[in-house]
Amino acid sequence: MITSLIRRAIQAGFVIFAMTLIVFIGVNVIGNPVDILINPDLNQAERLRVVESLGLDRPLWQQYLSFLHGLTQGDFGDSFVYSKPALDVIVERLPATLELALCAMLIAIVVGLPLGLYAGLYPNRVSSKVIMTGSILGFSLPTFWVGLMFILLFAVQLGWLPSNGRGETELLFGARWSFLTADGLAHLFLPALNLALFKTSLILRLTRAGVQEVVMQDYVKFARAKGLRENRIIFVHILKNLMIPVVTIIGLEFGSLIAFSVVTESIFGWPGMGKLIIDSINLLDRPVIVAYLMMMVVLFVSLNFIIDICYTLLDPRVRLDGKG
Amino acid sequence: MDSNSVPVADPHGNPPTPTGSTGASASRSIWPALLRFFSAPAAVVGALGLLIVLFVAIFAPWLSPQNPFDLMQLDILDSRLPPGSESFSGVPYILGTDGQGRDILSGIMYGLRTSLIVGLALAIAAALIGTTLGLMAAYVGGRTEGFMMRLVDLQLSFPTILMALMVLAILGNGVTNVVLAIIVAEWATYARTARGTALVEREKEYIEAARCLRIPGHRVLLRHLLPNCLAPIIVIATMQVARAIGLEATLSFLGLGASVTQPSLGMLIANGYQYLLSGLYWISFYPGIALLITIVSINLVGDRLRDVLNPRNAR
Repeated sequence: MITSLIRRAIQAGFVIFAMTLIVFIGVNVIGNPVDILINPDLNQAERLRVVESLGLDRPLWQQYLSFLHGLTQGDFGDSFVYSKPALDVIVERLPATLELALCAMLIAIVVGLPLGLYAGLYPNRVSSKVIMTGSILGFSLPTFWVGLMFILLFAVQLGWLPSNGRGETELLFGARWSFLTADGLAHLFLPALNLALFKTSLILRLTRAGVQEVVMQDYVKFARAKGLRENRIIFVHILKNLMIPVVTIIGLEFGSLIAFSVVTESIFGWPGMGKLIIDSINLLDRPVIVAYLMMMVVLFVSLNFIIDICYTLLDPRVRLDGKG
Repeated sequence: MDSNSVPVADPHGNPPTPTGSTGASASRSIWPALLRFFSAPAAVVGALGLLIVLFVAIFAPWLSPQNPFDLMQLDILDSRLPPGSESFSGVPYILGTDGQGRDILSGIMYGLRTSLIVGLALAIAAALIGTTLGLMAAYVGGRTEGFMMRLVDLQLSFPTILMALMVLAILGNGVTNVVLAIIVAEWATYARTARGTALVEREKEYIEAARCLRIPGHRVLLRHLLPNCLAPIIVIATMQVARAIGLEATLSFLGLGASVTQPSLGMLIANGYQYLLSGLYWISFYPGIALLITIVSINLVGDRLRDVLNPRNAR
C-alpha cells in the first residue's frame, strides 16, 4: 500500500516535471513576445535594455533553468502586461473562479441529484422521460451560446439580473467574495447557472443509472420485504450506496469546472483565471500563460492522485499497483 | 430515451462498452440492423435532423438567398435588420441581417458547411491517429503499450478544453492551430477504445490463424484486426464529430481562431455578441439554433448507433 502510494507520487512528480519542460519550451520556441510587448517606437538601445530586463536574450536552456529554479520558489517571472509576479496575478483571480466553480457545482448537485433520483425510481413516468430528454439537451447545448441567451433573456429583455462583472464584493479570509453581498449574488447567479448546465446533466444521468443498479440489489428488495417505509429505503438504503460514485464524479468534475469556466467567464466578464488566460494568450503574456498551465497541471495531477487514494480507502478491492 | 446510456462519450473518455463483435458481422445483411436503428423514435428524429443539416450544408450555394461572402451582394443600408424585413431591392431577409448587412439565413447555411467540414475532418483525422496508435499498442504490447496507455491516461485526465488551450497557448491563435488543438485533445479517446477492443479481438482464433500463416504484421493489423474493431470506433467517431463541432465553435467564439473567409457557426455567434446588449438577438440566436440542431441530431444518431452496434443489446 505504502510502496504503491510512493510509486504513484513519484509518477505524479515526473508528470509535472515533464509538463514544465513541454509547456516552457513550447511557449518559448514559438511566438516572439519581443515584437508584441515592446513599443515599436523605442530605439534599438532601449529595446535591448527591455529584452535584457525580461531575460529574453539568454539561451533557452538558461531561461529554463532559471524558470525551474523560480518554480521551486513559486516564482514564474513577472507578467509582461501587469508588471507583477505572474503567480500573484493568477492567485488574485483565483477566488473569483473558485467561487464560480463552487456555486456551479452546488447548483448541479441540488438540481441534478434529486431529478436523477426521481427519474431512476420511476423510470416509466412521463415526467422522468421529460427529465431524461432534457438532460440530452443539457449535454448538447453549447455552453457559450446558452450563456448569451441567458444574458439576452435575463439581462436585456427582462432586466432582472446583471450580466457583467462580479458586483460588490466583501472581504473574507483575505480574499474578496461576491456571494456575501446581495449585489454580488445577483452577479453570480447567471454565470454559475451557465457553468452548471453541463454538470447538472452529468450528475442527473449518473444518479439515475446508479439508482437503477442499486434498486435491483438484494438488500433493497430485503428492505422492501421487511416492510420498511419507502422514505427510509430511498434515503438510507439507496442514496447512501449511491454516494460513492457520485461523490467521486463530483471530485473529478470540479477540476473540469475550473477549466471550463474559461468560456463562462469570458461571456459574463467575470474577472477570474479563465478570462485572464484568454487575455494572456491573445497578448502572449508568457509568464502568466506558463504559470496558469503549470497550476492546472498540478491541480489535475493532484486531483487524480487524491481520487486514487480515495478509491483504495473506500473500496478495498481496488489496488493502486494494478496495471492500466 | 434508452436506459443506462449516457449519450455523450463520458468526460473521462471511457469507451462505451468495448464490444467483441464477431467476425461474421460483416457478412450479415444490413437491413435488420437498419430496422433496429429506426425502431426508436429519437433515432428517427436525429437521422432526419442530420439529413436536413447535411442537405442544407451541401447545397448551401443553391439554397441560400444570398452569397454572404460576395461583397457585391451586400448592402450596408440593410445592416441589422430584424427578421422578416425586406431588403431595399425587395428580397426578404427571413432571419434578419447582421452588422455588415449579410443575410443571417445565408450566413447560417454557409457556416453550417464550414462547421460540418471542420467537425468531420477533425473527427476523421483524430480517429486515424488514435485508432492506429491504439491498435498498434494492443498488437505490439509490452513497453510500447504501457507507455502509450500512460500517455492516453494522462491526456484523458485533463478536460478537452484545457488540452486545446494548452496547444493554443503554445502555438498561438489561428485556424490551423485550432484544428491541431482539437486533434490533440481528442485522439486519446480513440486510442483507448481501439486498444480496448483490439485486446479482446487479439486473442481470437482468426488472428492466431493469420499469424500462423505468417501474414505480415501490418496486414494482420489492417485487414484482420481493424475491420473487427470498427463498430465501437464508429460510434465514438459519431459522438466526436459533435464534440469537435462544439469545441471548434467554442474556441472560435473565444476569439482564438483567427477570422477566416468562411466563418463557422461559432464565429457567427461571436459576431452577434456585441449587438446582444442592444437587444439585436437574431444575429447570435439563429446560428446557435443551427448549431444546437446539428449537435443534438448527431448525438441522437450516435446514441442509437451504440445501442444497435453493441452485440450485448442485439437480441
